[in-house]
Amino acid sequence: MRSIVPILTVVSTLFVIWYAAAIGLNAPWAYNKAERAGVELNFAALVSDTWSQDKPKLPAPHQVGIEIWETTVEMVLDGRGFSKRSLIYHSWVTFSATALGFLLGTGLGIALAIGIVYNRTMDMSVMPWVIASQTIPILAIAPMIIVVLNAVGISGLLPKAMISMYLSFFPVVVGMVKGLRSPGPMQLDQMRTWSATPAQTFWRLRLPSSMPYLFTSLKIGMAASLVGAIVGELPTGAVAGLGARLLAGSYYGQTIQIWSALIMAATLAAVLVGLIGVLQRITLKRMGMA
Amino acid sequence: MGWLVFAIIAWAGGWWLNHLLAHRPKTRATRLAVPVIFGVTILVIWEAVVHGLEISPILLPPPSQIAVTFAAKTDILWEDFVQTVIKGALTGYVMGCGAAFLIAVAIDRFPFLQRGLLPVGNFVAALPIIGMAPILVMWFGFDWHSKAAVVVVMVFFPMLVNTVQGLQDTDAMQRDLMRTYAAGYWKTLLKLRLPAAMPFIFNGLKIGSTLALIGAIVAEFFGSPIKGMGFRISTSVGQLALDLVWAEIAVAAMAGSAFYGGIALLEKATTFWHPSQRGRT
Repeated sequence: MRSIVPILTVVSTLFVIWYAAAIGLNAPWAYNKAERAGVELNFAALVSDTWSQDKPKLPAPHQVGIEIWETTVEMVLDGRGFSKRSLIYHSWVTFSATALGFLLGTGLGIALAIGIVYNRTMDMSVMPWVIASQTIPILAIAPMIIVVLNAVGISGLLPKAMISMYLSFFPVVVGMVKGLRSPGPMQLDQMRTWSATPAQTFWRLRLPSSMPYLFTSLKIGMAASLVGAIVGELPTGAVAGLGARLLAGSYYGQTIQIWSALIMAATLAAVLVGLIGVLQRITLKRMGMA
Repeated sequence: MGWLVFAIIAWAGGWWLNHLLAHRPKTRATRLAVPVIFGVTILVIWEAVVHGLEISPILLPPPSQIAVTFAAKTDILWEDFVQTVIKGALTGYVMGCGAAFLIAVAIDRFPFLQRGLLPVGNFVAALPIIGMAPILVMWFGFDWHSKAAVVVVMVFFPMLVNTVQGLQDTDAMQRDLMRTYAAGYWKTLLKLRLPAAMPFIFNGLKIGSTLALIGAIVAEFFGSPIKGMGFRISTSVGQLALDLVWAEIAVAAMAGSAFYGGIALLEKATTFWHPSQRGRT
């Protein structure tokens, strides 16, 4: 709670900078318009013009806010909450790809981590490649994956989810390997004195003690898989989803639309990561770890 | 059919070899050989499966064909590499990390700013910043400047958060010791706190190195001159010239690994005193 005031200060400073930058960046166009209309601009007129242009270089925060309000809440009130113009619809498309990719990635990540912890050969041969796989900018391959899978007849949700999966499995592998190895020799010896089978050691000792690591990696994985889903939507020809909104906005110079899609994406990321945070707190509390 | 059998044999052989090597005492040679054997096995299986199942090279070209394309089109690949990696990613990386470092040192003096900026920075670092790309392309034009700008924004926050955390990584005893030596702020910063922050700073640099390449390539999807890796990938996919796409991916992978490896080597040289580096041979 002590940090509320500093955070608010920083955030409001950001807003002030944003408004000021909007004046600066949009001024040339405002002057251009005024010159052609043959009127002299005083400062107040300049400010009000730069904050209300149709296609500004940098829309003012309230313009983005109004756009988001119009494309979400008002659409719902009109009973068109799922129409193609509604941001809720696009967020849902992106969310479903993110969630599927995240689940697949988490599953793959945990499976790989178990293999790496229990199999020495896998540890030595797979682990370096898992790390190397992340230095490949997978997002660059996204268009190819989408096009190729489309050619084989797989389209829609799955190709995007695959990209999300690729991005989200890595933090899970790294975190889970660390977590599954976190019980010390003392604890492992204790399990042995109870003549526990390997399965029992896994379920009763290794898995529970890996939980804090798992949740930390899940948060990173969730953020990564949202990025994957958004980028995966770029080459699909701008049909649906937040990424498609970004692309369509950049084609037609609709900056307000770009910014509102961006803010929606940020909100989605914050909500999803926050959700995992809540889950983490509940789980760890019930396990007596936090 | 013969190709498929060959693939299975290659898999079994590679695994058996690795199993043998992995259960011998670890040396530097086995640590290097095992992953290399694994990688080569994957390539051989890839080649065999593509031939065996007669997968069209338009969908998945075999590695041999990619290698041929790579050798034939080195001039294009080099041009794209310069445009994207050197001009876009590297410039942005240096600018973004440099700015983040300086600002981190500056806000370290003010606890108020620290408490405010750290949570905000952590929050922003988790956001899909790549979405800024179309906006920045609109602001800075199609050439590499806009790519560098995207990279700056992407690497800035991870670097900032890590550096600020690193600068706090000294305890009261160490700082008191510096005070008994009558060391001022700058001396303490240079001799104690910056060296102590090095592992964190390198962590930020490493995260940034992968983000930089991603940022530069993805930003090219939103508009670029007729060169650059992202441009080449998206247009070649449209022409179904997938061998060229895979060649670009190979370049990207090599550039990414070299970038990461270079920073890891630098880290080893600078933070040799840190426990995470000491244990290794």
